[in-house]
Amino acid sequence: MKIPRLLQAVGVIVGIYAGFVLVFDYLLGQVIPSSLLSMYMFFVIAGVFMVYTFTEESARELVAPIKALVEDPSKKRIRNVVFILIPLLVAGFTYQRMSPSFEAPVELRSIHPAPPATVKAYGKRYDLATLKNPFRKYEKAKPEKFRELVREGGDIYIQNCQYCHGDKLDGRGPYAAGLNPTPLNFQDVGTIAQLQESFLFWRIATGGPGLPKEAAPWISSMPVWQDFLTEEEIWKVILFLYDYTGRRPRSWEHE
Amino acid sequence: MMIKPPASNGKTRRVRKAGLVVFCLGLLLGVLALSLPGLDSGIAHAAELADTGADTATYQPAPKLTAADYPTIKGVNSRIAVWLAAQLHLWFAAFVLAVPIFVFIIEAIGMGTRDKRYDNMAYEFIKVSITAYSFTAILGGLLTFLLVLFYPHLFQYMSSIFKESMFYYALLFFLESATLYLYYYGWHWLQGGFRKWVHLSLGLLLNAVGTLLMFLANAWVTFMMSPAGVDPAGVFSGDAWAAIHNFLWNPINIHRVIANIAYGGSIVGAYAAFKFLSARKSEQRAHYDWMGYNANFIAISALLPLPFAGYYLTAEIYAYSQQMGITLMGGVFAWLFIIQAVLIGTLFLSANYYLWCGMGRSDGAVRYHKYIKYLAIVIVGAFLVWFTPHTLVLTNEELKALGGPYHKYLGPLGIMPAKNTAVNIMILFTTLSFIFYRRANKVATVSWASAGNAIQIALFTAGILNIFFLGVYHGYFTNTVYKVAASIPQVLTTLTIIVTSTAIDAFMYRGAKQVAPLHWGRVSDRSQYALFLLAVAFTWLMGLMGYIRSGIRQHWHVTNVFRDASPDAFTPGLGYAANVVSVGTILFMAMVIFVFWIADVSSRKTAADAYWKTPPA
Repeated sequence: MKIPRLLQAVGVIVGIYAGFVLVFDYLLGQVIPSSLLSMYMFFVIAGVFMVYTFTEESARELVAPIKALVEDPSKKRIRNVVFILIPLLVAGFTYQRMSPSFEAPVELRSIHPAPPATVKAYGKRYDLATLKNPFRKYEKAKPEKFRELVREGGDIYIQNCQYCHGDKLDGRGPYAAGLNPTPLNFQDVGTIAQLQESFLFWRIATGGPGLPKEAAPWISSMPVWQDFLTEEEIWKVILFLYDYTGRRPRSWEHE
Repeated sequence: MMIKPPASNGKTRRVRKAGLVVFCLGLLLGVLALSLPGLDSGIAHAAELADTGADTATYQPAPKLTAADYPTIKGVNSRIAVWLAAQLHLWFAAFVLAVPIFVFIIEAIGMGTRDKRYDNMAYEFIKVSITAYSFTAILGGLLTFLLVLFYPHLFQYMSSIFKESMFYYALLFFLESATLYLYYYGWHWLQGGFRKWVHLSLGLLLNAVGTLLMFLANAWVTFMMSPAGVDPAGVFSGDAWAAIHNFLWNPINIHRVIANIAYGGSIVGAYAAFKFLSARKSEQRAHYDWMGYNANFIAISALLPLPFAGYYLTAEIYAYSQQMGITLMGGVFAWLFIIQAVLIGTLFLSANYYLWCGMGRSDGAVRYHKYIKYLAIVIVGAFLVWFTPHTLVLTNEELKALGGPYHKYLGPLGIMPAKNTAVNIMILFTTLSFIFYRRANKVATVSWASAGNAIQIALFTAGILNIFFLGVYHGYFTNTVYKVAASIPQVLTTLTIIVTSTAIDAFMYRGAKQVAPLHWGRVSDRSQYALFLLAVAFTWLMGLMGYIRSGIRQHWHVTNVFRDASPDAFTPGLGYAANVVSVGTILFMAMVIFVFWIADVSSRKTAADAYWKTPPA
């Protein structure tokens, strides 16, 4: 028996939806955010209807049951049911969306705040466009010294940073669960691997209170590390972050 | 085939008069700008300096303003007024600069093939752009007025640096208008033999002048983003070329030339769709179907390289300033980029849908129908990757379930290597749609047809594997230099496949047997709405991205040099900005419909014999 095209189309859409939920929520164990799923499904529906309507014949077959429902006198009973059901569904959906809940509103949070052109720390002003890690040059020139600096950076990290950012630098330190937003995961390809070292210096030295006013309100519990660490210690920690994760800082020079 | 009669004499006079009025308005504006009391020092002073050959020390630093330095008019929001005027001017300018480019090409094709249909189509395209040209000039005048009125100190500062280019811009506008009117009104006069060559040369001149005009205006815009030729206080060195040739000038030039062609194609495509849907006779439908197909072809041809030009521009913005780069794609504007991604995907979807619907023109296309669903799966799949955001919007419950804002599998799709891979795949499968469309009514008769098909399959397979390898390996396992650089071989792979497979196809289908004729006009109305969607999506996209490009300067008139101290110096919220751009899009589309309608009106005639006295015998 040939399945009507409208039913086929609906089946494909429902199948893809179920597929997304099954794969992400159950097989991979990482839920698919509902906001993203809605966006995905909107264009999946568009794609399905494009395939089902690009020929005249197929388009006619697709809408034939709907046309029959509206126009065919013999379908009066089912028409009445559908015409009552659809507004009820829309009303139910609207009520659900509009009714107040105890859930905190979702936030449009950006991973990377935009850095200022210059930043003030340690009583000096740094130009972030030209600021470089003073120890980076030793990576090639004096590898032994560089290893030593990285080791020192590791010590500083373990003493100060791992409580939140984790001993594996994955943002899952002992205190992480108590913070919202959770601390940055440096292992993620979308974090320090995307950034220049000067950006990290700015974020570490000035912490949450140093975030730009332009994109307020920012929420961050990152301490102002210039009050606790020296400038050199911060640069050493930065060396350690990249070394441990195996990432390279963003740069414009070939090596 | 419909051959439109040339515009009536009455209309001719009206358009001429309108052009003259617009030019006088521009000239008046220039004079007004020079004589405004608030502008006494800058321009006149700068001109004086040029005469005396004064050294750089005599240029003034960028002024430090307060909110009181910005004139206001009760009930008028100066930023929105300038914003909308600039945006509407840019939309029309993009359209009228693009149309002559492909009109020139179509005219040349017509001359090469001696097929009059091409000449008629080129003429109809340029006819649509004539009214739009007046709008461009009027809106340009309005923008200048508004800048002088609301931002006099900025205008003064900019004109003290760009006085020469502004002066020559005004002169070039003369040449542009004269060439355009000669090109349009001389179309039927300059026909055949040497005259046709003269006409084609006029088209070339028109394009050269138009492009130069745009490059000059681009210099002013990009100077505000990446100033050059000035010191940190904004004191001009006197080197006008340095100011013009600033860091972002060429990336914007390249991006805008390509985008303009795509945009112009989409607007004339919408015109053809408008005419198709309102046509009553089958030959009219056939003509406008053919015209719409050609316009869509132009739009898509330019759309294919556009993401690369955009990526180049963005990479250069990032290289110029980490702050701008992050503001653009990681910070406050990141969510507009998601809308951008959605709109770009919409362009690809509607362009493909148009091609698939167009296959209905020939019964021979049935052979390819079974492949369409696979094309759709890949294109939609690539599209989903293309717009997956880096920062996911998570409910508290989802945040808890994930243990943080990072998604192990979707997170990596949020960064550029995934996007570049996805867009290359989208482009390649759009090319496949086009190849299927071209083959719809033909069967190759050359002896090496199966070998040719095998080569094409091998080419696509190898290319796709290479794009994946470059995207995955260089995108996720090397540092950022290679990650950004890997996009170049990805693009080259895509372009190589497009060029080679199109060339193979062209040779393979030379002298091909026609299995079923192509019926122009036999296409669904839905496909025409896809053409409309293409034009609207392009317009909206340009508005949003234009806002972002300008907005990343944040509270600066000229980045890090000249601070914006007006009450509107804040960066507007995303919803607010999107609303302004949407209102602009609606205004522009309304004006475009007017342009289409007025082009139609010129060919209408009302018989009113009884109204006129019978002439004496």
